[in-house]
Formats: sequence, C-alpha cells, structure tokens
Amino acid sequence: MMQRIKPFDHLILIIGALFLIAPVVMAFMSSTHSAIDIHSNGLYFTPGSDAVGTYGKVLTHRGGFTGDVTGMRMLMNSMIMGLGFAVGKIVLSMMAAYALVYFRFRFATLLFWMIFTTLLLPLEVRIMPSYQVMSTLGLLNSYTGLIVPLLASATGTFFFRQFFRSIPDEMLEAARIDGAGPYKFFIDILVPLSRTMMAAIFIIMFIYGWNQYLWPLLMTTDESFYTLMRGIKSILQVWIGSQIPDYNEAFALAVLAMIPPVAVVVIFQRMFIKGLTESDK
Amino acid sequence: MTDSPLRTTLPNGALLSRLRAWYSADTPNPAKRVQFDRPLTPWLFLLPQLAVVVIFFYWPSVQAVTSSFYIEDPFGFGSTFVGTENYTDALTSSQYASTAMFTAFFCVMVTGLSLGIGLLLAVKADKVIRGAATYKTLLISVYAIAPPVAGLIGMMFFDMHIGPLTDLAAFFGHDLRVGINYWDTAFALITISVWKQIPYNFIFFLSGLQSVPVSVREAALIDAQSGWRRFCDVTLPLLAPTAFFLLVINITYAMFDTFPIIDVVVKDKPANNPITLVYKVYLDGFKGNDIGGSSAQSVILMVVVAALTVLQFRFLERRVHYG
Amino acid sequence: MAHLSLRNVGKTYAGGNQPAVCGINIEIADGEFIVLVGPSGCGKSTLLRMVAGLETTTDGEIRIGERVVNTLDPAERDIAMVFQNYALYPHMTVRDNMAYGLKNRGASKATITERVNEASRMLELGPYLDRKPRALSGGQRQRVAMGRAIVRQPAAFLFDEPLSNLDAKLRVSMRMEIRKLQKRLGTTSLYVTHDQLEAMTLADRLVVLNQGKIEQIGAPLEIYRKPASTFVASFIGAPAMSLLDAFIENGAITLEGHVLAQIGNMAGPVTLGLRAEDLRIAKEGLPMMVEHVEELGAQRIVHGTIGAQTLAVIDTGEAAVQGAVRVAIDPDRLHLFDTTTGQRIESKRQTARELAL
Repeated sequence: MMQRIKPFDHLILIIGALFLIAPVVMAFMSSTHSAIDIHSNGLYFTPGSDAVGTYGKVLTHRGGFTGDVTGMRMLMNSMIMGLGFAVGKIVLSMMAAYALVYFRFRFATLLFWMIFTTLLLPLEVRIMPSYQVMSTLGLLNSYTGLIVPLLASATGTFFFRQFFRSIPDEMLEAARIDGAGPYKFFIDILVPLSRTMMAAIFIIMFIYGWNQYLWPLLMTTDESFYTLMRGIKSILQVWIGSQIPDYNEAFALAVLAMIPPVAVVVIFQRMFIKGLTESDK
Repeated sequence: MTDSPLRTTLPNGALLSRLRAWYSADTPNPAKRVQFDRPLTPWLFLLPQLAVVVIFFYWPSVQAVTSSFYIEDPFGFGSTFVGTENYTDALTSSQYASTAMFTAFFCVMVTGLSLGIGLLLAVKADKVIRGAATYKTLLISVYAIAPPVAGLIGMMFFDMHIGPLTDLAAFFGHDLRVGINYWDTAFALITISVWKQIPYNFIFFLSGLQSVPVSVREAALIDAQSGWRRFCDVTLPLLAPTAFFLLVINITYAMFDTFPIIDVVVKDKPANNPITLVYKVYLDGFKGNDIGGSSAQSVILMVVVAALTVLQFRFLERRVHYG
Repeated sequence: MAHLSLRNVGKTYAGGNQPAVCGINIEIADGEFIVLVGPSGCGKSTLLRMVAGLETTTDGEIRIGERVVNTLDPAERDIAMVFQNYALYPHMTVRDNMAYGLKNRGASKATITERVNEASRMLELGPYLDRKPRALSGGQRQRVAMGRAIVRQPAAFLFDEPLSNLDAKLRVSMRMEIRKLQKRLGTTSLYVTHDQLEAMTLADRLVVLNQGKIEQIGAPLEIYRKPASTFVASFIGAPAMSLLDAFIENGAITLEGHVLAQIGNMAGPVTLGLRAEDLRIAKEGLPMMVEHVEELGAQRIVHGTIGAQTLAVIDTGEAAVQGAVRVAIDPDRLHLFDTTTGQRIESKRQTARELAL
C-alpha cells in the first residue's frame, strides 16, 4: 500500500509515547536518588547513585507495624498471588468449559447461566458481604482467601468455551472412533490443543492477579501476607506527618511492583495481545 | 446425541428465549454436533468452578441484597428490618446525589478522553511503518501497571512539593492543590485514570484497524481523496463494533477499576474530595460501619452494572454480523 | 471384514417433526464399495454418521457383521472413518495420529509399530512419519487420514466426503488410489459424496438419496441407463438429462407437436427424458433453435430450445452450429416418467424389446 509518511504522524506518536512512558521513566530515575535530593530538587530524569542502597533497603528492611515484613516477602506474596490466580483460573475454567461444551446433560443451560451471571457483577460491588463471608469461613489472612474468591468470575470459562467451540467437531468424533473417553479426550487432545490459548490467558490472568489491590487490602491484616500493592498503601499511610517522606522508597516499591507485569507484557507481546483481544477482557 | 444443543428443561418464555438467543449467538461457532452422554462426568468437571461461584459469588450477592433491607445495630446486637429505608436514605441523601453526579462526570471524562487518545494513537501507529513496533511496545507497556502504582506515580507528579505538574500549573498561575481542592483532585484523578487506560484502548483499536482487509483499504484509497474523509467514511464505521465494546469496558473501568487510584490519591480523607459510588460503598461499609446503607448502594450499583453488561452481550450478539 | 446391513433405518431429530432419514434398507456384502450420493441435505451424511455411531438411530436396525450396533459407542463398532477435513490431531506426529486408536485399544507396541509401518508403506508416508500434520500438504493429510483408518483393520471404512477439500486434479488421483487400496484390502466401505462423477467411478453400487429416502440402488451403469425417477435422472450424468413435457396420444409420443415414437396404449401427459449423448445434430429430426454452445474440446454441448423447452445435445462435429438445426433422436433411448410422481414408466415398446433380447 502506498502512502506518504507525514512527520505529523510521528510527532503525535512521540508525544503520546512520552506522555505514557515519561512518568514511568521518571519514577525509576527518581528511585535512584535520595529522598532529600528529591525533596529539594523534584523528580529526576537522570539516574542517581543511591539505587543499591534504596532497593536494598526496600527489599530487606523489616518494616510495617510488626516489623517483620520485607519487600522480598511482599514480592513473593505478589508472585504467589499472580501465579496462583492464573493457574487456578486456567484449571477451573478449562474444566468447567469442557463440561459445558462437550457434554449433554440435564441442567446444562441452567448451569451455564449460573456461571456466566458472575460476569455481571464485579467484586467491588459485593465487597462488603464478600468480606463477611470470608471472615465466617475463617479465610482472612490466608493465601486461599486471597486467591480463591477471585476465581469466582467466569471470564476464563467464557474464553475457553469460545475456544472449544471453535475446535472442529470432527476432532471429538475422530477421537471417539479412536476409542477415547471423556478423560482421555480432555488430556490427550484438548489440553495439548489449548496450549497457546492457555499461555495467552495465563499472561492476562497473571497480570490481573498481581495487580489486585482492593481484595488483598481487606483480606490481609497480618503483614506477612502483604502483597506489593498492599505495601504501597501502607507506605503512603506512614507518610502522613513525616517531615521528608521516603519518596525514593515509594518509587522503588512502585518500580518493583511494575517490573514483572510490564516485562511479561513486553516479552510476550504478541501472545498477550492475542489473548486480550480474543478473550474480550 | 441429537443435534439440538438445548434440550432445556425450563419452560418457554419471552425472557428465556432472549437469553437463549444470546447463549447461542455469543459465538459464531454453534454447539457441538456430538457430545458425550454421561450423566455424572460433567458435574465432576464443573464442581470446582460451581463451588467457587456459589460460595464466593452467590452467597455474598444474596447477603448484599438481604442486608440492604436491615439496619445493623452499631454495637452488634442484631439487626432490624427496615424495608426499603436504606434505599430511600441513599437515593435521597444529598451526599449520595453529589457522589453520583461526580461519578457520571468522571465516567464521561475518563471514557471520552482515553477512547479519543487511544483511537488517535492507534490510527497514527497503524499508518507509520518506520518504528511501528517500537511505538507499539512503548504504548502498550503501561497497560500492565497496576492502578495503585499508577496512583502512586500520579500522586508524586501532583505532589505539592516535588510534583512537576504542580510546578507546571504554577507556571500558568494556578495553585494546584491536589487532595485539598475538590476540582484539582478531580483533575488529578481523571488524568491518572486516563493515563492508565489509554494502552488498553490503543491495543483494541489497533487490532481492529489491522483486521480491516487490505482490499478494503485500497478500495478506500481509490474512492476517497482526503485522508479525513477516508477515516470518517470507511475506517470509523468498520471500527464501530470495537468502539462500542470499548465504550462499555471503559465505563466499567471508570466506575470500578479506578478504585485503587482514588484510594491512593484521596487516602481515606474524602472530606472535601471527589469520590465515586464504589468508593462510597467501601467507605460507608468499612469505615462508617453502615452495613445496611452500604449494601443498598451495592445493590443499586449491581443494577447499573447488570444493565451495562446486558448491553455488552447485545453487542456481542451483533458483532457476529460484522464478522 | 464383514457385511453391513441397514434394515428400515430412520432418524427423527428431537423436536423435529420430519424424519431426517427414513425407511433405509441396504444390504452391503463383505468387501463391497457402496457410495451414498445425493444433494446436500439429503441425509447421506446423517446416515453415514448413524452407522458410525455419531448420531443416534431412532428407527430400525444397523448390523455390522452379526452384531446389532444401534446402541454401541463409535469405538465399539469396529469401524474407521475418514473425515472431510481429515480431523487429524494437530499436536501429534503422523505416526502418533495413526497409532492413537490402536493405543487406546491396548494394542501392543510391536503391533502398533508393525501396522503403522505397513500402512505408511502402502500410502508412501514413510518420510513424513515424524512430521506434524501442519507440515503436510492437503493430499498428504488425506493419506494420513486414510492411514489412521487402515491401521485399525476395521470391519468397515466410512468415508465422509473425503476428497472435497482437495483441488480437482488431486481429487481424481486420490479417487483412484482409494479405490485401489480398498480393492487390495477388501474392506467393506461406505462412502458419502455429493459429486456424481466421484460416485459413478468409485462405487460397486450406488445409493441415490433424496430428502432422507432412497431413490434408487444399483450398479452405476444400471442407474445411469435406467434412472428410477426424474430426480435420479437429473442428478446422475453430466450434462444433466433434459426433462421435457410431452404427450402420448393414440399410442404416439409427441413433443411440441412432433411425433417421436410409437408406444403402447398409454395416453396423457408424460415427462420425457433425453440424455445429451443419445441425441445428435442431423439433417432430419426435431427442429431446435441453438442458444449457446459449450466447447469441451473432444466434443461440445449444444444448448437450445424446442418450442419453449430447453434441451442439451452432444455434438462431435466440426462445423459451426447456430440458428435452427435438426436433432435426431434414437427412439430406443427415450426415458419416460410419470408427470406427477416422477417415477419411471417402462413403456411396452421397451419391454417388448428387452424380452426379445
């Protein structure tokens, strides 16, 4: 296709990219300066010399009220949250979608609607009663409590259902003639066929789990379960009343919190876009 | 093993047939011709998801509806049935009205701006050839940043001591006081929320644009001289399904997913600060201990969200025709 | 290897009031190649899938060998199927694709290797055994699908339009290969296609289906020469048999006022069937206005009208054909059909001739 390239197009793209990226770059650069420097000179666009000290402190310093939660610990919790959520989501939703697409049984339609109604209401609108249920079940301050309730939304199931339906009918028919029952077909054929889809959904769900804020905020009072997102909330609470806030540490924490998901998106860009645009959420 | 995918045991009705229409139209792929006929196996596969859904979705949702009709004793001595009082209280309170007004304003601003900028960038990124991959990577990487992190970074930029944006405003003679001045805070919230959402819209618009067949683009090049006309007459209509889908997603985003940004920026000090309805649910429930009132507000929001999602489903149904 | 019999087989879908297939009676001998042919929606695929066990059978009885298989699972019916889109498992190598069915049946490693090697030798798939289907051409995929069926050594092969996804040239060569292979293996086969040419060339016997019912069963030439109905007449053979409205008066068949032949003592309107190759352009005969000529190289098809009715004639001459011509008809090669039922009418004249032979 022939089209002239106009400098104007590039100008707009550069402005857009700057608007999006500059804050991230400045957050990172500023995190390598001392709090006093930031306090007196504002944010930085160039690297400073305090990186090792600041990041070392954020990762290993025992902070919080109980004095035993470190950045490492929060990083680990965030990782558990991201991985646990992604894996749980894929396992649960693949199984459910398999039942809904490949079986004929009573109440299938009813169950379909029971599961897909969960798409109607985000967690935020039922946050209060959800909290009460969790406390009734004794799941506050536990990884189960952090991860499992978030699996209640049917986004993954919806996605896998769409995908399974796009698989040619003949795949099951051939497998049945080849003597594969429901379990064999699932393990031997369907799971390997879904590998790319699983990877794509894994990326989306990992980011979603890693980035959770409100739920960990309510679920965890025990600091050993704090995720990085929860840590951001507490570092800001400490600020109130302090003379020179630890800007550098806050930035360092923010950088730690965004590196894994951003890296995943950049590295697996194609798969990520595919997963996102084809799963519609 | 019959062909009919829906041997429903439910009675027929207008609503049900509508639901069924969505059920079968939400995908261009029809149900399987051949399915397994086992009465128990599917339940085994469904069990984990069903358990999670019932315990963590239906139970709390039902509880939200029930407790919205009660007033909980502040000292924990049980609760009193008050009928719809919580609802009338919420809907008639001036505070609720102003929060609702702000939420609407906030939604319009965030949705409009992030859709507009996302579209503009996608159109430009679709045009350029040199550096296209780099622009793309730069523009989408922010997607993965969590809202609270966005809030934190944004806060720094609007900080009264170190914030470059505060300095910029001062240069233009405005004393930007985020966290203190109502509209200044609103401005900061909108800016941060838009910043965070642009990559999402960009990704969808770009993939929408790139799925326009080359032949259609070439036909447009022949038929329309000016680029603007081409955009309005060809590109925009083809993007309409994507845009509509994004509209719903963006409204949902502005209403719910911005919660962390608001929480980080407003920091539990809603005194004279703008907040959205979801944030008010959280404040009244957890900080104000007004469980009944908070639940009533939840239910109102549920209705709004349900309506939005129904809209989205309708769209999905229609998108099949667009291919 | 076994014979196959369908007795009074029918299927009505849940919620449907019309049966998709009904009253099917076919006895298939061991090693016979039967082709089910008909237009799309005639129920031929449904019937095949009923034999495979992929669709339930609501009426009648299907036997494979001595077993009634109506309620058996596809895997228990001892059949193998070749699908139109091949349905190869994309994540498995060619070898694994062929071996999967045997593995599920608990065949020993040695048996599996032996059978896969034998099939791949037969189909010349040796060099591709460790490739994924993605890396194969359409024809090669089709062979793998065949191989998957062969290794199982089933009682019957079921083919569901296996050549439709191939280009024309490949289709012809694969057609011959399938037939050779089937002869060599001697496996009873049931083959579905909508392509009448494919059906004619492959079948020991043809089953022509229309709207879920059998129109005619017979050897290809038998059906070609004596189509049982106007439907079969127009479906089998290319160009399609011309069907014209004629009239029998005083024992003579008249078409648009021209007497064609003397016939027994019938009377009234009749549908006259004329095959293009039974007609020729001549000095004498029916007057026809030429409308359009299709050159095929060795011959040409001349389309024209007699009165208001259209007719196709095969001509092998060299001279240009246009305007008004005359068409000669061999009176022995007329086909007569009942105007209302479409059923073939055996005229007295023809019967007399046949008796004399």
